[in-house]
Amino acid sequence: MSDTTFLIIETLIKAAVIVLVFSALAGFATYVERKILAFMQRRLGPTIVGPKGLLQVAADGIKLFTKEDIIPQNANKFVYKIAPVITAATAFIAMAAVPFIPSFELFGHTINPIVADVNVGILFVLGAMAVGMYGPLLGGMSQNNKWGLLGAARTVIQFLSFEVITGLSLLAPLMIMGSLSLIDINNDQTGGISDWIIWSQPVAFILFLIAAFAETNRTPFDLLEHEAEIISGYATEYSGMRWGMFFIGEYANLFTVSFLASIVFLGGFNPIPVFGLFDIPGTLAILLKVAAFIFFFLWTRATWPHVRPDQLMWLCWKVLMPIAIINLLITGVVILAQG
Amino acid sequence: MAKQEFKTIFIEEYPKTNWEAFTRFMKRMMRFELFKGLGIVYGVMHRALFKGEMHTVEYPEETLPIGPRYRAVHKLLRFMESEAERCIGCGLCEKICISNCIRMDTHIDEESRKVVPEYTINLGRCIFCGYCAEVCPELAIVHGQRYENTSEQRAHFVLKNDMLTPLDRLKSQEEFPGYGAVTPHADELIKKTPLAY
Repeated sequence: MSDTTFLIIETLIKAAVIVLVFSALAGFATYVERKILAFMQRRLGPTIVGPKGLLQVAADGIKLFTKEDIIPQNANKFVYKIAPVITAATAFIAMAAVPFIPSFELFGHTINPIVADVNVGILFVLGAMAVGMYGPLLGGMSQNNKWGLLGAARTVIQFLSFEVITGLSLLAPLMIMGSLSLIDINNDQTGGISDWIIWSQPVAFILFLIAAFAETNRTPFDLLEHEAEIISGYATEYSGMRWGMFFIGEYANLFTVSFLASIVFLGGFNPIPVFGLFDIPGTLAILLKVAAFIFFFLWTRATWPHVRPDQLMWLCWKVLMPIAIINLLITGVVILAQG
Repeated sequence: MAKQEFKTIFIEEYPKTNWEAFTRFMKRMMRFELFKGLGIVYGVMHRALFKGEMHTVEYPEETLPIGPRYRAVHKLLRFMESEAERCIGCGLCEKICISNCIRMDTHIDEESRKVVPEYTINLGRCIFCGYCAEVCPELAIVHGQRYENTSEQRAHFVLKNDMLTPLDRLKSQEEFPGYGAVTPHADELIKKTPLAY
């Protein structure tokens, strides 16, 4: 088998594995979310279907798949149908440039668990996630529903504003490391916990985390589907699997952002030495970090109330963006001074 | 009535100027209020999981205790010795029922006793006020404790045989303490009617 054929087959298999694994993980994340939120509210969460309610995910999936697919009468049918696909597809496309775990040997081949090791990986991820904004936008505008339209407007405002914060906050660590490839970024932090970028860029980390909440539509900033104000935002008229695709896209983005934060700021998939005794292997290390991020996202959802849209804009443009630019400036000056 | 303990809570003055709003914001930020909230929620989860403070009642398997004088689906009681129905067919319950859901059919049988062959309560209409049980002179119609009344057909809600104590369960029927029976300490609660106002 020639190298090209092998590469094509390998890439196809990787892509399929990523889509399957993260679709399943998105389902599992809903289960974890329901369980943890329930515990934090002194409830039990799903317990009936399967052991500890684990098969609730399957039950929900069956329900979503078999539900009637309703298309509103005056909707722009083509755009309406294609919008959820955009969200789900871009969420998975963004994962193409994310290295999930360290490379490993399989059947005599070294396999890098990354679909496309492009040298501008982080730009690609951010760009693909930004394109995902077209899903809610087109869906909201095509469904002939004023709540959908308002939801779409809010989505665009929120995503566009916080793209700025994400970009500016990531710029500072990127200046230090001088590479946009996520594998290079990961390899820059090989020396254990003290080498993590979070210690030299704590402000950027906090900014990125705050922006991640907005980008993934998590609770302090979940204004896109704020039930009390705009019913369900851009997803008002969607039902069944089309709504499910929005949902999967959202959870896939959650995972992507968690992986991104772990790789850029928290040392990625490098093994962590523990007191010089033993190493936590890289795969386990990054999965632990991602799990911690996901738990944090759920934890804040159970704790914090969400903000008003005007407060969100105030936070973005009057607080976070100046801080991000000052952080960038200081980083630049320090890099120049160090020569 | 139990003694109620009220606490006055301290509410800060709302900021009037922008500077006051800013200082309040900074103060709250420096106190890390957001993270205190996170800590509280984590504590709630910890206590719910490990200290048995979970509030969920897994309903079909476990039920909450209900009060002894709870007014659920009616029961028709029997005499414990003679096994005869207590209902004498006086029709007071039918008369007093404010939602008109009780119907009874009475006649005098061969032994010139009044019998009640049909006695129905339309539970779809019943508002469970308890007047029937209160007015019954014979402790025949009472309110039981069965509040799970589900059925495939509406007609099932009105059958006499469902309410009447079955003969084989008569041995387990105790002196009825629930709604319809005389309240405990009833004698102390009775006031003599004043003769002159």
